[in-house]
Amino acid sequence: MQRQLANMKQTLFDQGYLDEQFIQLEELQDDANPNFVEEVVTLYYRDSARLIQNIEQALEKSPLDFSKLECLMHQFKGSSSSIGAKRVKSECTQFKEHCRVGNADGCKRTFQQLKKEYATLRKKVEVYFQFARQIGPVEKACRSK
Amino acid sequence: MTVEKIMSDGEGYDDFPAGLRVLAVDDNPICLKLLETLLRKCQYHVTTTSQARMALKMLRENKDRFDLVISDVHMPDMDGFKLLELVGLEMDLPVIMLSENGDPKLVMKGVTHGACDYLVKPVRIEELRNIWQHVIRKKRTKPKNQHGSADQGNDNQSSGEGNGPHADRNGKCNRKRKDEEDFSEDNENENEDPAASKKPRVVWSIELHRKFVAAVSQLGIEKAVPKRILDLMNVEGLTRENVASHLQKYRLYLKRISSVASQQANMVAALGVKDSHFMRMAPFEGLGDFRPLSGQGRLGSAALSHYTTGGMFGRLNTPNVNLHNLSPSTLIQPNHGQNITNSISALGKVHPALASTNQSQSLFQGIPSSLELDQLQQIKCGTGMASFNAMDNSRLRNKFSDPGAAINSSSNIFNSSTNMMLHGSYQQTMSGGGFGDQSSQNMASLNLDSFNVSVNSSSRLLDSATIQSSTTQPASLLSTEPFHSQPLPMSTTGNNGFSNDPYLQKNAIDISSTTMSLPLEDSREMHYQQGLVGDIPSQRWGEQGQSYGHGSTATFGSLNAHIPVSGLSHSLDHDSGIINEKMGVFTNGRLGGGASTLMLQNGNEKLASESRGMANDSFLLEQQKIQSVFAPRSDDPLDAMMNAMIKREQEETIANCDFGFDEYSFESGM
Repeated sequence: MQRQLANMKQTLFDQGYLDEQFIQLEELQDDANPNFVEEVVTLYYRDSARLIQNIEQALEKSPLDFSKLECLMHQFKGSSSSIGAKRVKSECTQFKEHCRVGNADGCKRTFQQLKKEYATLRKKVEVYFQFARQIGPVEKACRSK
Repeated sequence: MTVEKIMSDGEGYDDFPAGLRVLAVDDNPICLKLLETLLRKCQYHVTTTSQARMALKMLRENKDRFDLVISDVHMPDMDGFKLLELVGLEMDLPVIMLSENGDPKLVMKGVTHGACDYLVKPVRIEELRNIWQHVIRKKRTKPKNQHGSADQGNDNQSSGEGNGPHADRNGKCNRKRKDEEDFSEDNENENEDPAASKKPRVVWSIELHRKFVAAVSQLGIEKAVPKRILDLMNVEGLTRENVASHLQKYRLYLKRISSVASQQANMVAALGVKDSHFMRMAPFEGLGDFRPLSGQGRLGSAALSHYTTGGMFGRLNTPNVNLHNLSPSTLIQPNHGQNITNSISALGKVHPALASTNQSQSLFQGIPSSLELDQLQQIKCGTGMASFNAMDNSRLRNKFSDPGAAINSSSNIFNSSTNMMLHGSYQQTMSGGGFGDQSSQNMASLNLDSFNVSVNSSSRLLDSATIQSSTTQPASLLSTEPFHSQPLPMSTTGNNGFSNDPYLQKNAIDISSTTMSLPLEDSREMHYQQGLVGDIPSQRWGEQGQSYGHGSTATFGSLNAHIPVSGLSHSLDHDSGIINEKMGVFTNGRLGGGASTLMLQNGNEKLASESRGMANDSFLLEQQKIQSVFAPRSDDPLDAMMNAMIKREQEETIANCDFGFDEYSFESGM
């Protein structure tokens, strides 16, 4: 089971959904912070949902307020990088670049892409966590040894 | 969302860096949570907030609550750099910037805004493990830096000088000094953070200085030794070294003042008396110069001695008195100047003048100014010493505020009004410095007008330096203005010293009307003449205004300047002829010509030399400042000459002055 979990994680890494930062989060998880990673990720979902909504609203305006979009995306990028959401982060960077040059179409396109990546990541991570919770106690028991 | 978690272990720094109190600011909740966890992992005490305003509020509430601040660059309610600046200014805590963007431009911006470090997100724990070094580093350099902006603000207020060059110069000097001096918040040695290894500077506030002056006067300037002063003062946390260094400065101040006064007192008698004072001063750094003077002619030593009542005070007083007396007398009696012309140079004459006027008496608390003045006058020819004294006084004055006063006195320029003014100025200057006990009173009593001349110099203690050179010119008195302007705490008390400044300034103007109607501005110029040496000190005063200590230092500085000058003047005596010219020049320049003539008549030679010497001193002191000052004076050919002389002397004396000045900055751990 553990191996399965490990494999899952490895896949996520290989596919570029997650990066080293995620490992950092896991390392911060300890007895004092047993569910740290999950907490942070949950926090991330909430925050990013809000941001996505804001960005969508901003993208519907015409003309586009690029500086505001860039600012929103900056936040999104920050969160994403904090948890190690690699792909989402790269989409954010691209989005910001479009904003910088004032490419409205580019922004919209990238944003769609970003939403997709975000959705995918969220799904995969959820699965991962569910799995981890299932085998969690076992793992902990093992670790405590 | 504001998350505030305060972990209060109360461990303090037992196992530093564990327990480091960090304030984390980031509007991104994920980043904030992550940062918090990372910091906790490093065993720091973490407080978090997502709003910069909240962070500032927390910091302001208790400056001692945190050791370090970590802040994101991009925040909605406030720019991270702005927060960085504010924290640095108000609390002087180390701040680390955080950003996703590692763009060198941003990093540079962080550096220029004062950030200790710049981290790029996502932050790794390894990077956070070493942030405590910034805390240590800051603490180590804190004493020096702290004063920074906060103090400067204060200084600015105090520095009344705002007049052109002086202000600038003073501002700079003061700022520097202030920063250092003001750094210590209290008079006492305060150890703000136990972890600091440096001894905090002692700030000589007005009160502290008052105590000091009281102790000194009680002991007698002659007998005032740091140890006894310290005991008398009975101030907690004050070390003998602090007192010693302050005493040094004080003596210089007195010297300066007395030299200014002595100018007035050129009148032999005064000079004689002064000399003795100066002589005493000699032992101090620059005082040595006076020694020769004293030898000379103690003419007025008796008279002068009067001045020296109470040791330092006596000195101050005397000078003031002398000045006052001198000035009035000198002013009033052009002849005085002549009297003074005796070897004593203007100073001597000044004294007599002062004596005659006695107006200043009040100047020094215990100074029997009138008596002294008389004596001073007697001294007139006094001996070089007397003149020196006068010069010294005047110089001192000048330095402190009466640059002109001292000088003027001798030159007679002060005739009547100036004399008074000088006295007044001296007092002012004297009092200004906090020594003010004496002078302030006198000053007030004296005709501010007359003082104007002298006052200017005094007020500008620093300026006085210039005045010194310009002694001939009442302008120098005017220069005392700077003194006035300075908020020097002392002046408030006495107003005498500084408060006189404004007064002095007025006087200066008055003087100009009398003889030198030097506009206040002129006084400024004069300042530099006198103030060259004195200016600096006075400037300090003014600027420092806030901390008395500063003022004193300034005066001291000027004193220092004077002292060396006195020495110079001594030699100048010979050159008095030259000096007279110079003086005349100055006077002309300052006074508007009237003074100069007077000066010349007086045979200011002595004065001239002295003023020169003084100027030099002041120059030295003021050199920093003066340099700019000198320039302006060239309007007058004579002035130009003077300037040249001064410059020359400056260079010579610079060494002296510098010495003096160093004394001023009450370095921490004094």
